[in-house]
Amino acid sequence: MSNYHLDHLQHLETEAIHIMREVAGEFERPALLFSGGKDSICLLRLAEKAFRPADLPMPLLNVDTGHHFPELNEFRDRRSSQLGAKLIVRKVEDAIAKGIAIAAPGEISRNKLQIPTLLAAIEEFRFDACIGGARRDEEKARAKERFFSFRDSFGQWDPKNQRPELWNLYNGRLNAGENMRVFPLSNWTEMDVWEYIRRENLEVPSIYFSHRRACVRRQGQWLPVNTLVPPRPGETVQELTVRVRTIGDIISTGCVESPATTFDDIIAEIAAARVTERGSRADDKASEAAMEDRKKQGYF
Amino acid sequence: MHSIDILRFNTSGSVDDGKSTLIGRLLYDSKSLMEDQIEALERSADITGGGQINLANLTDGLRAEREQGITIDVAYRYFATPRRKFIIADTPGHVQYTRNMVTGASSANLSIVLVDARAGVIEQSRRHTAIASLLRIPHLVVAVNKMDLVGWSEQRFQEIRDQFEQFLPRLDIKDVKFIPISALHGDNVVQPSKNAPWYLGPTLLAHLETVHIGSDWNLQGLRLPVQWVNRPNNPTDARLHDFRGFSGQIAGGIVRRGDKVLALPAGIVTTVREIHTFGGPVEEAFCPQSVTLVLEHDIDISRGNMIVGLDSLPSGSTELHAKVCWMHPRALQRGKKYLVKHTSHTVQAMVTEIEHRLDMETLEPQVAPAELGMNDLGEIRIRTAKPLFFDGYAANRMTGSFILIEPGSNATVGAGMLLPGSTPVKPEPSDFTI
Repeated sequence: MSNYHLDHLQHLETEAIHIMREVAGEFERPALLFSGGKDSICLLRLAEKAFRPADLPMPLLNVDTGHHFPELNEFRDRRSSQLGAKLIVRKVEDAIAKGIAIAAPGEISRNKLQIPTLLAAIEEFRFDACIGGARRDEEKARAKERFFSFRDSFGQWDPKNQRPELWNLYNGRLNAGENMRVFPLSNWTEMDVWEYIRRENLEVPSIYFSHRRACVRRQGQWLPVNTLVPPRPGETVQELTVRVRTIGDIISTGCVESPATTFDDIIAEIAAARVTERGSRADDKASEAAMEDRKKQGYF
Repeated sequence: MHSIDILRFNTSGSVDDGKSTLIGRLLYDSKSLMEDQIEALERSADITGGGQINLANLTDGLRAEREQGITIDVAYRYFATPRRKFIIADTPGHVQYTRNMVTGASSANLSIVLVDARAGVIEQSRRHTAIASLLRIPHLVVAVNKMDLVGWSEQRFQEIRDQFEQFLPRLDIKDVKFIPISALHGDNVVQPSKNAPWYLGPTLLAHLETVHIGSDWNLQGLRLPVQWVNRPNNPTDARLHDFRGFSGQIAGGIVRRGDKVLALPAGIVTTVREIHTFGGPVEEAFCPQSVTLVLEHDIDISRGNMIVGLDSLPSGSTELHAKVCWMHPRALQRGKKYLVKHTSHTVQAMVTEIEHRLDMETLEPQVAPAELGMNDLGEIRIRTAKPLFFDGYAANRMTGSFILIEPGSNATVGAGMLLPGSTPVKPEPSDFTI
């Protein structure tokens, strides 16, 4: 019987492929949200596994905030064309110009403005399902998210009124104007994502690996210095060896000091981070470090 | 690197039985918490706990929701040890208890029943165990918690064990393990307890890490529900011009290249020409892998159809007999129409009979109730517009389960477990092979 055994990544993979194919089977106009980040890189590989040798039965969609790392957009475009996939990019800038997205006074972050831009794209192309790379381990509220997450005609999630999900049976039925967000990586953790990328030997944007970058220390984070993030008076610009652990906008993504140049390095780093983060509680030394970090963050 | 696998388990119970503390203890002692989570614990300890960390606060988000009157739901949590990855379906709550428990249990390999050592076996313990049995969870752990409050009495532990063993024979659970623990102090959760020298078994985590789940998947009788037909459009590779593959997740059994298979509902026998995967063709594939089959003959097969092995045929019928859990405020009534989603197949259906409703106090069936309300378990008969090809749930959890969807609202209103059918499908007498 031992021959007929799947390890944890194979289990997560077959579950995710099943979900991808349910989307292709049940929806008229699905899209796959592809940013070029590590989670959506996994999604693309899973889509290849689900649908090859046919073309991917859905376009890729990306909402460009205009604050992306240039390395990310370059990778996004190149990977999409490698796969022969149709890539649709909708820009927050254009949504602002059209009055679809309205920035709050003084707000530089375009994080929230992604939402109206995405909803406008869904309406424009009449997408009925959007596959995304969100994971339940990311935060508490996400722990209760479904694989098939129903959105009403305003694009809203109603946590009180979610459809129960049993076995591997997903209810994808919609009325007109409604939409489904589908998260095939729901059961994946950050570690699973990197182990899968390593196993599949997937290319990732270079900024996930260690590189030299000018940074400033702000709110407990090393922020990359660029035209959108100029150093403030009193801040010292430092040239550091860093990488990004997770990619958001260039104005808000913290860099971590790291010598990691391979997948093995990254995985070892995440594993070690777990030991110090979690194993720290027993000994005073690490507990002090945790306290120090907390003070640096300064919110509480 | 050695291979690790995944164990899915569920825990369920009310606030006071220590479930949140137990989950907190598992995450904390297995060093699975992130810094920010630990900080949050420390903060709440500073504010409210007089410096004592309250592990139950890890489920705080849920409690806040409860205070706001939001329906409690299943939350999923993740942790890993070097031996295994774990997915916990955490189903809090007295409200919606059955519905959530059934949801969490549907994908579980193992279920943990928490018993308060002082209270012993109560109605909820029986109910939880009955649901685990109904959902055919192969492994059960009875964690006798708060042993510190009964002075780590071996006699008390044995009494509770005896109480359980009185009703266990009536249920379908193969593997039951009793473990005395104190979630609050961490005894026998991750670290062995010094307080119970009489207990020689494993800690809870050691048991979760080693319980044998390799045989939980069904490897008898090939079942491939077709999810999607793979037909490349305008392929540049000339060899793909005629490619026609049937994609799905194997829901039972093993398929090998060259096997004779039966396509349903067509009833036609053909041969597996290729088992296609992204990594290239393979000689065999097994449940629960996702594959694409290329068949010898050009048969009309589409989503919702099923490809099965000839050695063990499923039942095929429009008349279904099933146990159901009702999950919606609008009650299930005789004569009502619903959609049945079974594997990749969705069909219209009508409830023709409600045979009984399970009394959750006594676990005895009440015959011919007028309806099944939210959180009720019962047995019904359904007629479908098209035949379903299925196995009894006891034989195959994937081809023996279905959900009921209410037309119009599209709500998932019920979960069903099929009883074995009486009419196995028959291949057409003539097949393509000449």
